[in-house]
Amino acid sequence: MKSLEELMAIKNKMQNKVSVRTSAGDIRVVVGMATCGIAAGARPVLNAFVEGVDALGLGDKVQVTQTGCIGICQYEPVVEVYEKDKEKVTYVKMTADKAKEVLEKHIKGGKPVIEYTIGATQL
Amino acid sequence: MIRSHVLVCGGTGCTASGSAAIRERLQEELKTHGLEDEVKIVQTGCFGLCSLGPIMIIYPEGTFYSMVKPDDVPEIVTEHLLKGRIVERLVYNDTGDKHGEEEAQAASLAETAFYKKQKRVALRNCGVINPELIDEYIAMDGYFALAKVLKEMTPDDVIKVILDSGLRGRGGGGFPTGRKWQFARASVSDKKYVVCNADEGDPGAFMDRSVLEGDPHAVLEAMAIAGYAIGADEGWIYVRAEYPIAVKRLQIAIEQAREYGLLGNNIFGTDFNFDIHIRLGAGAFVCGEETALLTSIEGNRGEPRPRPPFPAVKGLWGQPTIVNNVETFANIAQIILNGAEWFASTGTETSKGTKVFALGGKIKNTGLVEIPMGTTLREVIEEIGGGVPNGKKFKAAQTGGPSGGCLPASLIDTPIDYDNLIKAGSMMGSGGLIIMDEDTCMVDIAKFFLEFTVDESCGKCSPCRIGTVRLLEILNKITSGNGEMEDLDKLEELANYIKSASLCALGQTAPNPVLSTLRFFRDEYIAHIVDKKCPAGVCKALLQYVIDPEKCKGCTLCARNCPVSAISGKVKEPHTIDQSKCIKCGTCMEKCKFGAISKK
Repeated sequence: MKSLEELMAIKNKMQNKVSVRTSAGDIRVVVGMATCGIAAGARPVLNAFVEGVDALGLGDKVQVTQTGCIGICQYEPVVEVYEKDKEKVTYVKMTADKAKEVLEKHIKGGKPVIEYTIGATQL
Repeated sequence: MIRSHVLVCGGTGCTASGSAAIRERLQEELKTHGLEDEVKIVQTGCFGLCSLGPIMIIYPEGTFYSMVKPDDVPEIVTEHLLKGRIVERLVYNDTGDKHGEEEAQAASLAETAFYKKQKRVALRNCGVINPELIDEYIAMDGYFALAKVLKEMTPDDVIKVILDSGLRGRGGGGFPTGRKWQFARASVSDKKYVVCNADEGDPGAFMDRSVLEGDPHAVLEAMAIAGYAIGADEGWIYVRAEYPIAVKRLQIAIEQAREYGLLGNNIFGTDFNFDIHIRLGAGAFVCGEETALLTSIEGNRGEPRPRPPFPAVKGLWGQPTIVNNVETFANIAQIILNGAEWFASTGTETSKGTKVFALGGKIKNTGLVEIPMGTTLREVIEEIGGGVPNGKKFKAAQTGGPSGGCLPASLIDTPIDYDNLIKAGSMMGSGGLIIMDEDTCMVDIAKFFLEFTVDESCGKCSPCRIGTVRLLEILNKITSGNGEMEDLDKLEELANYIKSASLCALGQTAPNPVLSTLRFFRDEYIAHIVDKKCPAGVCKALLQYVIDPEKCKGCTLCARNCPVSAISGKVKEPHTIDQSKCIKCGTCMEKCKFGAISKK
């Protein structure tokens, strides 16, 4: 180790890898991963969120986690986004591509992608 | 891409309760379900709740599973990791109530009563990082304090920060760490040493072991900082050979630090050189005393030498040396990074920061706790420790191990710090905290610790070698029912001689368990001597098992189970115990279905 920069480089490289253990997360992205969710393809959605958060360097702000069935199985994969002091946003019939869009516009940009939310879908 | 981390405790406690088998099973199950690339298994150091081991924490949810068995692993993988459903029956719960959705939520580690009152400085990385990966330590700001010291501070700056922080030695004595460093810096020599005392010997104490197992780099970094501050280029860690996991992780850590150039020559491109060696101790208690420890590192029999000269002037191989305890070192990098004021903002007037205690004895949550100085004994016992189990009454807390004393229930609101404990006739010690309930005999406890020091006295000076044996003889006389009132004065007189005349701290503190129990529980000594009774029902020679003729149905069960045939009586008539034959094993009392037998 010859310089502080080298040490910093290791820290930066590692930070995203350990942040999952330390961040409380201002934003929580919860992916429904019950049998219905998995059958409808929630795994690729979950992975897209995990990878996307890392790629955007939001590891210390955003926590990606999973939950069980919330009872609207026909709309799976369901993803809910919780943000402090804001109303919960529920996305339905998600795909990995939609996940990328949500990451870019909502998680990073702060604007929910209305057309994918449960409110915009015919119930 | 990893989305979840499963932390499995790899400390000594959880290893003993089978955490290695859990890790293996976890690996297999993840493979079966194709989750290897999404879920990472991390072996960590001690979480502190050793009685609930093996412990597993799953992030990002922070779900805290306790007493996990290998057969639970498939369920955890298919339910939690695959489907995101928490396995509630395994979730640790505070309250002892049935598990429910809300309890399961509240069971993330930080929210348990056990953790809530704690403040983790020395243990901050224990149970969080993988101690065998230097990168994880660096991710938690590891080695940034060393970089800061080497690049931005002079040795005097470093010593000033440590002085200002008010950090005192965590090994027991409580000497200000900065002053120790100052003395060593002022000693002129071209060779100096930094020594880490990891010879943790108090019965039941395992604070240092947990730091070494859970965060070994914190100690290495601090030793290098100390080396820079006093002008040393070589460090020694004296660790017990009975700590195989700690030794292994230290070796790995030293290797990794050398590979990264964080130990060795020209660290961070400066002209500062520092390297560290390990010396294994053979487990003699006296080697925790700093001069005996140095003698042992030098390859000689572990015997203390007179002070002065203090090690800071003439230590290892006659050169200026500082000897600091593991936990003391574990605080250093945090003080450098966060500043002296940050550290000093926690604690009491004379004792700053936090202290780690190994909580044990008659208490619900046994394990490792780190609390701010000044926390009261009541908070530790009732809130963090979860109280005395089985509805028994709290009687006393023993601190400082064989060198300390007992605090009675009347002092339960004492804020714990160095000076308050000394005022109460005990001492901080290295951090053993043993809780005793009403079934504990205080004379017996004094005897227990004295037996330990008698065994461990090195024999170099006679007050300790002979004096402690004589003390023990008097105690044995009292507990066997032959005590006289003059014995109490003899105990006190002899104890004070040993304190003032012994060569090292082992002898100087050995009488403390006797003196402090005499001070707070004199009536128990008197009961042993005058009434020939042991109020707690522990000292066998003073006990009598008796059968209540009113309650005895004459079922003969006790007589049939008595190993020495001391019980006689006809069927359906009250039985009696022949006290001259009775060996007081208690079998009859255990077997009696009518509660007719009691000990008096």
